Amino acid sequence: MPDKIIEVKNLSKQFKEVRAVDNLSLNVFRGDVFGFLGPNGAGKSTTIRMLLSLITPTEGEISIFGLSLKQKRNDILRKVGAIVEKPDFYGYLSAYKNLEILGKLSGINPSREKIIEILELVGLEKRAKSKVKTYSHGMKQRLGIAQALLHNPDLVILDEPTTGLDPQGMKEIRELILKLSKEKDKTIFLSSHILSEVELIANRMIIINKGTTQAEGYVDDLLNADELKVTFKLGDTGRALNLVSESRWMSKLELQIEDRFVFKLSPEEIPELNRYLVQNDITVNAVIPTRSLEEYFLKLTEKEA
Amino acid sequence: MIEIINIELYKIFKKWRTYIGFFAIAVLIPVIQIAMLIEGGKSINFMTRSLQQSFVFVGNLLNAYLVSYLILNALAVHIPFLVALVTGDLLAGEATAGTYRLLITRPVSRMKLVTSKFFAGIIYTTLLVLWLSILSLGLGIIIFGVGELIVLKPTTVIIFARSDVLWRFLLAYGFAILSMSVVASLAFLFSSLVENAIGPIITTMAVIIVFFIVSAIEIDIFQTIRPYLFTNYILSWRLFFDDPIDVSEILKSVAVLFGHIIVFYGLTAYIFKRKDILT
Repeated sequence: MPDKIIEVKNLSKQFKEVRAVDNLSLNVFRGDVFGFLGPNGAGKSTTIRMLLSLITPTEGEISIFGLSLKQKRNDILRKVGAIVEKPDFYGYLSAYKNLEILGKLSGINPSREKIIEILELVGLEKRAKSKVKTYSHGMKQRLGIAQALLHNPDLVILDEPTTGLDPQGMKEIRELILKLSKEKDKTIFLSSHILSEVELIANRMIIINKGTTQAEGYVDDLLNADELKVTFKLGDTGRALNLVSESRWMSKLELQIEDRFVFKLSPEEIPELNRYLVQNDITVNAVIPTRSLEEYFLKLTEKEA
Repeated sequence: MIEIINIELYKIFKKWRTYIGFFAIAVLIPVIQIAMLIEGGKSINFMTRSLQQSFVFVGNLLNAYLVSYLILNALAVHIPFLVALVTGDLLAGEATAGTYRLLITRPVSRMKLVTSKFFAGIIYTTLLVLWLSILSLGLGIIIFGVGELIVLKPTTVIIFARSDVLWRFLLAYGFAILSMSVVASLAFLFSSLVENAIGPIITTMAVIIVFFIVSAIEIDIFQTIRPYLFTNYILSWRLFFDDPIDVSEILKSVAVLFGHIIVFYGLTAYIFKRKDILT
């Protein structure tokens, strides 16, 4: 069994009338890219704030690196880097100065080279001396990642790290997260509302809603990755339906609406079915995989609603 | 701790609002001094009118010491505003900017953070009063020169020899630093309660003005509570211009003001330690 990096037991937070987090438990292991999912108001940010000691839990325990957060807060935070919600900095200072200050507060005295290196990693080295108030949201987001990594933490907690980035920026951040996990042996706790992002990056995940756990485990197990829902958009619908209904593919057909045929297939069966249709002169206009996590997520959260 | 205080001072002195106080004093003091240079003679005549029948005044009565003494009296309300402008922003400013999240996720205890900010605020306050003293006395000496200091009390007139004045001013400015530190601590306390820096500044000034009014009104009930209001001791620097100096009264004022600073700081630390950061 790998080391537990984060262990949360029966965590709750009550804000006057609202119970934002209710008896939440989760485990994150060394080397995990742990997806933290939930609709708006599910309690994700409150949980992250409790993990970082910004908020005091009403009940429950948090252990990080095997240490109690309540008792060993500073020892823990020395090895944690984080972005919490939107990236805010001292706008009247430069990115360089912000990082220098935050580095010192993190217990390191970052050299000029180290700061420039981390700014290069997020593509901001040319704007190092610009005041942060002149930065776009995307640039602040990148700077947020830079400050989270500056002190070389073992655990990186990222709350919506790609918000406000353009598609290229999102891709770069995703690649950076994977690199941190695979090459630098970091454990990543990733909260995101972009389900495809979590599906692409995370190996384990939890889905929460109304402050409680809906599902937790390995992404492949939860999504049953052996079977995918795939929509085939076909020409000559009548003949296509006849062809399918007379073949073994009928047992795989889940739904048919006009020219859209939804099959439940293993990854190997997708090209096989495509070949079968083309060989029988059925025009395949499109093959669209259904976002499995999205479906799973909606199923869980709608059921709860 | 010293490193964090340095960081806080760096942040304070990188904000333009910090310089408002220094700039305001740099404008206000010369304006008062120039006005005194033009009209001061008439004022002194008016002040000493009743005495001129019995005494003859010779020498330079309109001097840097008198002008500095009058300025110190006049700025009892202005300086607190300039102090609160920065110290009221120390915690609330972090909440407004959303930078609490950056600060509190660092491996530095909240107690250390709040204490560092508090000391940075006190250092700013000290520098502001020192700036006031340098301009008031320094510029005053250049413009007016030095001389005997005439101090009018309700029932007496005291004239201090020129050689007997400077040390009194040094102690008075030291006391003013202590008085203004109470104001800084109060603004700092209010700053821990809200997420907008305007609130602590206005509330601090409101408290000071209300306390001054309560202190000034000659009604029994107000006079009963007067000894418990810190504003009652803010102007105790005047005690250094008594002859003889009432040391016990000064020590009492110092103790009361220190007590207020400790209570205000203690409350702030307690609130900040327990605060849920939701911004």
